[in-house]
Amino acid sequence: MTSTFLADKRSGPGTDLPPPESVRARGRGRRRVLHWLTAVSFQLPALVLFIGMVLLPMLFALYAAFFRWGGFGMPSDYVGTDNFTDLFDNPVFLGDLWRCLVLVVLSLAFQLPFALAMAVLLNQKFRGRAVYRMLFFAPYVLSEAITGVLFSMVFAPDSGLADHIFGAVGLDGLGGLWFADPSYVMATLFLVMMWKYFGFHMMLYLAGLQSIPRELTEAALIDGASAWQRFRNVTLPLLAPTLRISVFLSVIGSIQLFDLVWVVTQGGPDHHSETMAVTMFQYGFKRYQVGYASAISVVMFGICLVFALAYQRFVLRRDLEGATTTMRGDGK
Amino acid sequence: MGDPALSRRGFLAASAAAGLGMTALTGCGGDSDGGSSDGTTTVEWWNISTTEPAKSVWAALAKKFEAANPKIKIKIVQLENDAYKSKMTALTASGKLPDIFHTWGGGVLKQQVDAGLVEDLTDRTKPWADGLLKVTKEPYILDDKVYGIPFDMGMIGFWYNKKLFQQAGVSEPPTTWGGFLEAVSKLKSKNITPIALAGKEKWPGMYYWAYLAMRTAGIDALQKASEDKDFTGAGFVEAGRHLKELVDLQPFQKGFLNAAYSTPTGQAAAVGNGKAAMELMGQWAPSVEADSGKGLGNDLGFFPFPSVEGGKGAITEVFGGGGGHALRRGAPQAAVEFLKFFASEATELELVKKTSILPVLPDAEKAMTDPNLKLVQAQLKAATGFQLYLDQAYAPAVGQEVNDSVAALIAGSKSPEQVAQSITQTAKEEQ
Repeated sequence: MTSTFLADKRSGPGTDLPPPESVRARGRGRRRVLHWLTAVSFQLPALVLFIGMVLLPMLFALYAAFFRWGGFGMPSDYVGTDNFTDLFDNPVFLGDLWRCLVLVVLSLAFQLPFALAMAVLLNQKFRGRAVYRMLFFAPYVLSEAITGVLFSMVFAPDSGLADHIFGAVGLDGLGGLWFADPSYVMATLFLVMMWKYFGFHMMLYLAGLQSIPRELTEAALIDGASAWQRFRNVTLPLLAPTLRISVFLSVIGSIQLFDLVWVVTQGGPDHHSETMAVTMFQYGFKRYQVGYASAISVVMFGICLVFALAYQRFVLRRDLEGATTTMRGDGK
Repeated sequence: MGDPALSRRGFLAASAAAGLGMTALTGCGGDSDGGSSDGTTTVEWWNISTTEPAKSVWAALAKKFEAANPKIKIKIVQLENDAYKSKMTALTASGKLPDIFHTWGGGVLKQQVDAGLVEDLTDRTKPWADGLLKVTKEPYILDDKVYGIPFDMGMIGFWYNKKLFQQAGVSEPPTTWGGFLEAVSKLKSKNITPIALAGKEKWPGMYYWAYLAMRTAGIDALQKASEDKDFTGAGFVEAGRHLKELVDLQPFQKGFLNAAYSTPTGQAAAVGNGKAAMELMGQWAPSVEADSGKGLGNDLGFFPFPSVEGGKGAITEVFGGGGGHALRRGAPQAAVEFLKFFASEATELELVKKTSILPVLPDAEKAMTDPNLKLVQAQLKAATGFQLYLDQAYAPAVGQEVNDSVAALIAGSKSPEQVAQSITQTAKEEQ
């Protein structure tokens, strides 16, 4: 940002008459200082905020992760990597990792294909299209906490809406304990997540679909391509950049999942729906084992970082090279 | 009113999920000193009475005190329960507490005392504090020194539906664990859900284990286990086994593992709507039952946690806690005056009448009207022993591990032995 700002300014006064060499050099030097000052003074507030509110706490959490520390005073009881070794011995945390993986796989296998199907469907011309788009997007606008409270009621055993509906159509047997059943809590939770987030991905895909030139599909049509072939060989490749971004967002979202779980189950029953963020909260703010909780947050950060870097390096690279809007997209 | 204990358990903690490192960095937010420029002293009073009617009653009391003491100004700071706890954590870290602050006593108060932040009130309050009920003062006495003055008191016991008990042919509330299990079976055989339990929130389940441990291992063992960091004694394992006996009868409502406490589908509502016959809960139970459900009115009864045959504990030993106030070290004399005023008969009478607390002053009992609360008060007065809520009495990590392990026992994934081991392990790690 800084460099383009300076570059623009330097090339700005090009129409002026060139002053003598010495004056020009001096003037350029002063101007450069001035430019720097301007740039710094504009960036300073944001920089201070970013360092103070983001960078320092992050570094501090990294530091605290090597201490047994209750959050009072400064950390002093250095324990080396004990927090981390304990962590990878903790069945709850190992379970968190497993559940995280399950959520990622479920999202990729069900949520995103469903969102894509809906997007393709809603990209057709038909009456009331805007209404459907809005309806499907609406859950995403709702806050996580409200969604959580809502579905706690819907899936309340016996008295909830879900069981009433099953009962009304004679499928009483399908009604169950939902969130209260250790074996089904993740599945129920995933249903809610899917309901809440598919609209967002659908919107992404819709935007992507609309940027695909109509001529291409028409050309394929003239060449005699079937609907599936048009989708598979024209739409999908051109939508790939959007898909890749949406997969990225979905995975990161699954790793950090907290609010919904906290409101609906608090990680229960018996840790069967706990996520890393919930475990971190339990240790940090309920047990005041802040060092241990910091270790969890560091591991979470590490997982996110490694995933993000690897994904950018191996998957997003061609998108980042600027191929997004050209047709070279997948043909390279 | 029982709202200190009630809202203390409020579940809206999610909003506190900021960055972890922030806890430490926000610790710097102090507050101004109660300086005196024109001879008046300003005393800061931090409390958690954010709900009506207590909120306005307390504010009126502060006004009354100011009127009687023109040289003293009371500055009230009211924080919601969970917000108060996290703010106090930050303040403790920064080394400066408010002049007068709410406390539950026990382990958290001890942490603050150990940090040298709390005023020793032993001598300064002796003349008038002697008149308070002994059992109510216990949470605030650490190493024989008084660090806090109570304003209300409470205990956990069974709140039951007399009508449903009658239907099941249980004429008298059980006094022994064997009798209790029998009553549960009788209720079940009549297709009545015997017990409502908020499994999602974990702390209501902990009450069972804590009481059973008090009855089997004895009240001193709970204190000793915490000091020795060893909960593997036979009494604790036995407590787990007794709880397992109960769990094996499947006495809880359908879907209790995800039930909350005070929501419309939660534990209190199940009892308040007559869908479950009883719950193990504190003195605030009647008001929450009426608030989240319909309430039972005259059908509601109270009985103490039964004794266990062959156990070391007695049925007269109570488990519970109340609210109190402590002073920061070096707080002005005006703050002590206020504590005296707040523990006076006039104040207690008003609190009993308007906010239906259980009074800490024997003379204030005459203002009590609710027969069930009178029953609880009688239990408290006759108490031969007292154990504070485990999550307040023990270090936070140990208290949470008790909640967590007992929840696992109730869900069927931990054995009584494993519960004892898990708690011991956490206690040992907590230096």
